[in-house]
Amino acid sequence: MSHTAGLDIGSTYTKAVIVGEDGAILGRGMEPTGFKLAQAAERALAQALDAAGRGRDDVAYLVTTGFGRHQAGIGDVSVTDLTAAARGASHYFPNTRTILDVGGQTMKASRLGADAKVQSFRLNDKCAAGTGAFLEKTARYMGYSTEEIGPLVATSKAPVSISGVCAVFAESEVINQLSEGAAPADIMHGAIVSLVDRSMQLMKRVRMEPEFTLVGGILRFERMVRVVEGALGGRVNVLPGDLVQYTAAFGAALLGQRRLRRLAADTAARAD
Amino acid sequence: MAYAAGVDVGSTQTKAVVVDAARTIVGRALIDTGANVMRAAETAFRQALTDGGVPEEEVEFVVGTGYGRYKVTFGNTQITEISCHARGAVQLFPRTRTVLDMGGQDTKAIRVQPTGEIVDFCMNDKCAAGTGRFLGAAAVALDLPLSELGPTALRGERAVKISTTCTVFAESEVLSWLGKGKKIEDILLGVHESIAARSIGLLRRVGIEAEVTFTGGVTRNQAMVDTLNKRLGLTVNVSEESHYIGALGAALFALDRIVSARAPAPAKGAA
Repeated sequence: MSHTAGLDIGSTYTKAVIVGEDGAILGRGMEPTGFKLAQAAERALAQALDAAGRGRDDVAYLVTTGFGRHQAGIGDVSVTDLTAAARGASHYFPNTRTILDVGGQTMKASRLGADAKVQSFRLNDKCAAGTGAFLEKTARYMGYSTEEIGPLVATSKAPVSISGVCAVFAESEVINQLSEGAAPADIMHGAIVSLVDRSMQLMKRVRMEPEFTLVGGILRFERMVRVVEGALGGRVNVLPGDLVQYTAAFGAALLGQRRLRRLAADTAARAD
Repeated sequence: MAYAAGVDVGSTQTKAVVVDAARTIVGRALIDTGANVMRAAETAFRQALTDGGVPEEEVEFVVGTGYGRYKVTFGNTQITEISCHARGAVQLFPRTRTVLDMGGQDTKAIRVQPTGEIVDFCMNDKCAAGTGRFLGAAAVALDLPLSELGPTALRGERAVKISTTCTVFAESEVLSWLGKGKKIEDILLGVHESIAARSIGLLRRVGIEAEVTFTGGVTRNQAMVDTLNKRLGLTVNVSEESHYIGALGAALFALDRIVSARAPAPAKGAA
């Protein structure tokens, strides 16, 4: 049995996925990344193995990705998050041509060729206003946790205009809006609209084409997906359930399977 | 006796100053702005009156300034903080040609003429990097009061290079350096270096001409003053009143209005 594991060490969460030979997901795990990357990686992997009912020895190949892939000191090989997300997204949606990945501290747009390889990409990791941190900060200024963003924004009737120019300046803006009687749900909705506006700029720069697939932890908020669809004027793909957050880890595990097959083919060729 | 007042409603703190006809500060107040901006303006003004023992009816003109200046509803007019900082800086240091104002959420570089007139200015209106908030983020990350940041950084020997631009991400960068075993002193020195570098970038855009007067709340932080001096290769002017310079400038503009209102109207047909 040749299982592979994908480990996505993100700026906020570390995700692990165990995949079987047929590409089926056998187990998943997620841990806050924190500052001890190696520990977070080990814990997420152990969780995923537990869920799969397998042990560490069952993993024939471990592929790491995400911003902390080099620092965690774990894995057989590492790939960029763009490559991993492209693989994971294309497995579910083979016609994906543009990927928008919104994480805790990054936003990435990439365009894929028909072969599911990344042709061009743009990313923002310099400014929190263009990342999930913007939504987290906005929520925090109003006394909500990150996990409450989804349920909160689901009750919004219409977005309040939030400039979204800086995650720090947003605090005064949020306070002003609250003192003028705006509902927290509508303010949150406004923050999502301004984040999506920023994502459109990134996507334009990679010359986006349909189909669109959204990945990353922030896309687990249903409203975010709807706002992106509104801005694009069409439907977008999202991996089912909370898999959206595991897309890159899943892609990494799939790349591990491909690597295993290649290694096996090489060995077979040498044996001939 | 006529008095004039200036109220500087900043993003973080609200300052009020009362001056007499001789342009001397007779009363001052400093409070947190908080969520109710209008109330903060009113409270600061009243505290400054009490501080100076000045009855409200003797204040003939009030000028509001700062980001919340339109919430100074009791004020007679509003003037931008750029003008007020330039005016106040030139009053305290008459040879001022360049002003660096570092506040809670914004940093401004202003170049002025000997008359106090503004030649050019530049500010970070789109991003909180290089402002007092950057220090605030470090304080939160390290769990230190703001007042401890300067003294701690002064003990630093080897500044840690802070690579993030964004104030939000700086918080996690500070923690990650701590996790890697760097000393708090050195991390904080690096934070000060990073803010100084950003503000000097702003200063360069307007042109740096001596003397440079440093204003705003961050002037109380000696490590910031030292870092600026070292990087600029000169000594910036700082005064006890530096935190109140915007409010002082506003009060001086208010005094001008009183004086010009009292000046006899030019005789018709003269000239």
